Amino acid sequence: MQEVLFLIPALPLMGFLILSLAGRHLSKQVIAVVGAGVVCIAAIVTIWLGINFLQAPPENGAYTETLWRWMSVANFNCSFSFRIDALSLVFLFVITFVGALIHIYSAGFMKHDRDYARFFASMNLFVCAMLILVMADNLVLLYLGWEGVGLCSYLLIGFWYETTANVHAANKAFYITRIGDTAMAIGLFLLFRELGTLDIPAIQKAAPEHFIKSSPLITSIALLLLAGGMGKSAQVPLQTWLPDAMAGPSPVSALIHAATMVTAGVYLVARMHAVFQLSPFVMNITAVVGAVTLLIAGCSAMVQTDIKRILAYSTISQVGYMFLALGVGAWSAGIFHFFTHAFFKALLFLAAGAVIESLHHEHGIFKMGGLKNKLPIVFYTFLAGAAALAALPFVSAGFFSKDQILWYAWSANGGNPLLWLVALAGAFITAFYTTRLMLVVFWGEIKTDISEPPGRLMTWPLIILALLSIVAGFIEWPHNLMHVTLFSDVVQKALPPLTEKDIVPSEYIFQLIAVAATLTGIYTGYLLYKKNTAIVAKWKEVPALVGLRNFFFSGWRFDQLYHTLFVRPFMFVTSLNKQDVIDKIYTGIVSIFQWLNGIFSVSQDGSVRTYVISVLIGIIFILALQFFL
Amino acid sequence: MQSYSVLVVAAILFVLGLLGVLTRRNIIFILISVEIMLNAAGVAFVAAGARWGQPDGQVMFLFILAMAASEVSVGLALVMQVYHQHKTLDVSKLNNLKDDIET
Repeated sequence: MQEVLFLIPALPLMGFLILSLAGRHLSKQVIAVVGAGVVCIAAIVTIWLGINFLQAPPENGAYTETLWRWMSVANFNCSFSFRIDALSLVFLFVITFVGALIHIYSAGFMKHDRDYARFFASMNLFVCAMLILVMADNLVLLYLGWEGVGLCSYLLIGFWYETTANVHAANKAFYITRIGDTAMAIGLFLLFRELGTLDIPAIQKAAPEHFIKSSPLITSIALLLLAGGMGKSAQVPLQTWLPDAMAGPSPVSALIHAATMVTAGVYLVARMHAVFQLSPFVMNITAVVGAVTLLIAGCSAMVQTDIKRILAYSTISQVGYMFLALGVGAWSAGIFHFFTHAFFKALLFLAAGAVIESLHHEHGIFKMGGLKNKLPIVFYTFLAGAAALAALPFVSAGFFSKDQILWYAWSANGGNPLLWLVALAGAFITAFYTTRLMLVVFWGEIKTDISEPPGRLMTWPLIILALLSIVAGFIEWPHNLMHVTLFSDVVQKALPPLTEKDIVPSEYIFQLIAVAATLTGIYTGYLLYKKNTAIVAKWKEVPALVGLRNFFFSGWRFDQLYHTLFVRPFMFVTSLNKQDVIDKIYTGIVSIFQWLNGIFSVSQDGSVRTYVISVLIGIIFILALQFFL
Repeated sequence: MQSYSVLVVAAILFVLGLLGVLTRRNIIFILISVEIMLNAAGVAFVAAGARWGQPDGQVMFLFILAMAASEVSVGLALVMQVYHQHKTLDVSKLNNLKDDIET
């Protein structure tokens, strides 16, 4: 059983090697079979492994496999070893299964692209790196995967590199996540200095004994790790790269920037729960960051006009929910939201990709419209995804996961009524912008003619994901309604238990309020964009509202803020040193030697006579020395 | 006293050759002047060998003869080439190796 672990990341790596080395000489069909096939096989292996894991859980709660010793320096040992516990298994399943569906979809989506092989090679490398990230037994290996996904994200955002804007978007994503990565690396160094090991099980065991609870040291370590997670997961204040990252192809957005990579931060926090639990302060920070992020990103999503940017902001906001859940100590609720979010957000991105492709690469939602009857499959699947995003009660997976988070935001030990209120406002906003998106894109009159409906390769993954977006929530019910806790039973083994406040109000009230918020959000969207569109038109004439709208549209002007705070001072400093002061020393040395060269080259006049005379003078000089000394 | 006068002859020959090298413009004459200087050195060796009754001086002169022969053959070959390329044997015009300062 444990011997096949290595296959899961090795298969995509093999696909990457084949496609990057021989991709030019293969036909598109072969490329698609190799590229999607390896991920599909990895998914099958994972599912088989998962079934075995659930039927006969290993004794210590994890499968482990050590491949080889990676490095061994003094007292630092680091091996290339994998470890799969329940938490990794959830991530593993999502990465391989959703990844496989997205690969299949890409085979149809990218069929007219000339860099077919490069696309699949990068996607396979991404899957490999992401698998290493979640399977890693030690933090060094995790960091390898962490940087690997960053690299692939960069490569795939800039996939259509001939457009300058895409290259800028790729660079921006790379730089900003690098800030988080650097913080995380420092956190790892500190952790190693204190504990002398980077093996995850060893850290989990040693941390509570070694560190004093909420000491400055553990707080700074947890903060640095959190900063790493915030960079990768696009949380405020490092969220600005994700909306621009939509420059990549839609399957990339679905796989990397919705389902898997942006949740790496969630994984990191959950994986390092032993460290985070020692610092209640950082846990609170995590919750606040999540809450602030979900509100800021939700507000921005309300006014975007680019279909993919709406989804990007909504991703930031949903990942904010996950951070909120982790921060209040509702570990399994956060992971559960990741699980359902991966399905419905991947679905929404893929469906959006299908819409964009059918409408001659049109991104603006106000140039779409009336697609309900033209693209029925895309419409129904999109509807399923949108329902899950809006957390429509009982018929969507999103309801079950988001309701839990809302409940724990109040009732868990780290919870707070204020956090709950923000999360509730987020739920309202989410329902509103989802409705707006649906109504504008699929209802109304047709504004752009469709070229060709998506093929079967693209629709099947949509249908499967749509089914999952509906049913994936049924494995975990709110415990006051029905006692089904399949998900948390499994995940809880790898995570600390949830502690609730002693006195909490009835959960039914909270559910009713949450449902009411969702329905009000949907109704508001319906009112403003379908029933009475005159209201929005009237608002557009109020300068204050237009200003607010532009403020939200620009993502709360974070880009401008960073430009003023960091880019311009940096440009100023560089302009001061434009003459390159230090280089003056070296140019000075060069000019001294040129001057000496001018003097000495007079003696080399090319005339034999001068040379003979100088030889003669030399001889006379030596003879004179002989005589007179 | 005998060797002293021979050394004076050698010195006169050497200075004659040196003056030839310094003043002549034609390469061939310069080569001839070099030969004269070599012979002056040879005379000095022979005189020194006779002075101490040793064969070394004459052996040395034989070396100088061999060396001079080879030097002349190489030198004349070079002169041929120089004339072929530059159509002149005037050393004051053959100063292409002069270093032009660029800066």
